[in-house]
Amino acid sequence: MISEESKVRFAQEVAKYPVDQKQSAVMACLAIVQQESGYVSAESEVLVAEFLGMAPMAVHEVTTFYNMYNQQPVGKYKLNVCTNLPCQLRDGGKALKHLEHKLDIKMGETTPDGMFTLQQCECLGACADSPVLLVNDQTMCSFMSDDKLDQLVDGLRAVGDK
Amino acid sequence: MLAEQVLSQFEATGVQTCFHGRHINPQIYADLNGSNWHLKDYESRGGYQALRKILAKNSGVTADDVTASGMTPDQVIAVVKESGLRGRGGAGFPTGLKWSFMPRQYAGQKYLVCNSDEGEPGTCKDREILQFNPHMVIEGMIIAAYAMGIAVGYNYIHGEIFKTYLRFEEAIEEARAAGLLGNNILGSDFSFQLHAAHGYGAYICGEETSLLESLEGKKGQPRYKPPFPASFGLYGKPTTINNTETFAAVPWIIRNGGQAYLACGKPNSGGTKIFSISGDVELPGNYEVPMGTPFSQLLELAGGVRSGRQLKAVIPGGSSSPVLPGSIMMDCTMDYDSIAKAGSMLGSGAVIVLDDSRCMVKSLQRLSYFYMHESCGQCTPCREGTGWLSRVVDRIENGHGHVTDLDLLDNVAENIMGRTICALGDAAAMPVRAMIKHFRPEFEYHVEHKTCMVPLYV
Repeated sequence: MISEESKVRFAQEVAKYPVDQKQSAVMACLAIVQQESGYVSAESEVLVAEFLGMAPMAVHEVTTFYNMYNQQPVGKYKLNVCTNLPCQLRDGGKALKHLEHKLDIKMGETTPDGMFTLQQCECLGACADSPVLLVNDQTMCSFMSDDKLDQLVDGLRAVGDK
Repeated sequence: MLAEQVLSQFEATGVQTCFHGRHINPQIYADLNGSNWHLKDYESRGGYQALRKILAKNSGVTADDVTASGMTPDQVIAVVKESGLRGRGGAGFPTGLKWSFMPRQYAGQKYLVCNSDEGEPGTCKDREILQFNPHMVIEGMIIAAYAMGIAVGYNYIHGEIFKTYLRFEEAIEEARAAGLLGNNILGSDFSFQLHAAHGYGAYICGEETSLLESLEGKKGQPRYKPPFPASFGLYGKPTTINNTETFAAVPWIIRNGGQAYLACGKPNSGGTKIFSISGDVELPGNYEVPMGTPFSQLLELAGGVRSGRQLKAVIPGGSSSPVLPGSIMMDCTMDYDSIAKAGSMLGSGAVIVLDDSRCMVKSLQRLSYFYMHESCGQCTPCREGTGWLSRVVDRIENGHGHVTDLDLLDNVAENIMGRTICALGDAAAMPVRAMIKHFRPEFEYHVEHKTCMVPLYV
């Protein structure tokens, strides 16, 4: 099920491209689905395919090719920590380990309460800000010392579902 | 308190790494403070004067400090050629020459694309240009479109910088509302539509033909070249693709002249360049300096090597450029020719600094994993080879290396290079070969002693 509000946003994306090239909006539409539902399900791929006049398999190819699409449900907060070399040199790897310890999960896992999913990621394009992590694909948190990581996790836990 | 409020405390809005004031003659990062990105701010810095200058004749618009005669598309391209501007995305191809490849008389639709898919480890300059000076990119794109007779453009923005994408869309709306984008720009007969698109996490989409595939709503897998995008680009139409920083350089060039820009840099490397400095320096960040600035001076701007340690190695142009020992780098100037002569590439200008506590095997291990992860899988040498390289480096780092592994790495790397559709294969192979070439004893020590000769590395 895709909300009417999302369909309006779909149409805004489609309008950017030539009338016979609606499929160009597929990445943006899938991103909107993910923002609304938390992940891209097989059912939503079919709905996006119908909206854009694409084959469902062509949509699935896009979902599986790009790293940021969640193909399964994730925690309320998806934390992506960059550990690539420039970040590794400035404690990116340590930040990931600190979060593993803090959340008591391994990289790739979700906390039992469904609040946090922790992932290692490749270059976020913010190498000078390391340690850096991306929350829910949108919020880039920079210079994340262990103290700040603690504050972030504790702060998000404190607000709960708000 | 809401989750948004919690998260906003950790966004580095006040401490962005281009606001340190230690640039040398900046053009793109000049006078930015984080909040003066709006149209009115940009215009107060002289923004859109270059566009008014070129459109002056056919729009009747004149500004006090510009000529009223306007510029023809040929004149615009001639000035860009004269400036010595080379593509800032990594390849360093002369921009004016690229623009002249666009078939002027082509009757159908043509496209202009800005490549803001900045995912090369070490590179973080375009994000700050788009965030804090988006109109400079927009103005550069409008001028480029005018020069090549293009009516539609897209800026493809790295998926992970979503809020920067939103910022850019806001800037587009400002420009559109002011008559600087859209139909009959500034009352002239020139029209140009600009849209922002965002990626969703694929390093390969920084490669221009992958980017086009992605814009077409497909997997971002590279195309064979030729045909080049100038003749067969987006939707099969003639297309010109430039990097964000390249477009951002254009307004200054048009306002001040090609010779003035060239004079800022060196003969074969005109203008200023933004270098992203990361790793073991005191003050990592983006530094805009004239091309040809000595590396030693750039390092000094970044506060020198961290904690007073010795400089061991530098990756001078993003993770795909071959590593150079610090001693060689200290003799280089930061321009295309000097770095090439030393055996590496200026690339995107991302300088990754490693101090003497760093293990080169461990460093290469992380880079090789990255290329394995990001290979699109289309070409067998890259798909299989990057994984092979990563696994061999991995076992050396973990104390399971064989005496034949160094030759094996060299052999695998050699068999990837030049045998793939795009340059990702080369990008995976070059760091491996350069690391072994310059730091072979460290690799041999690892194999022989099953441990690291630089035990400080964490």
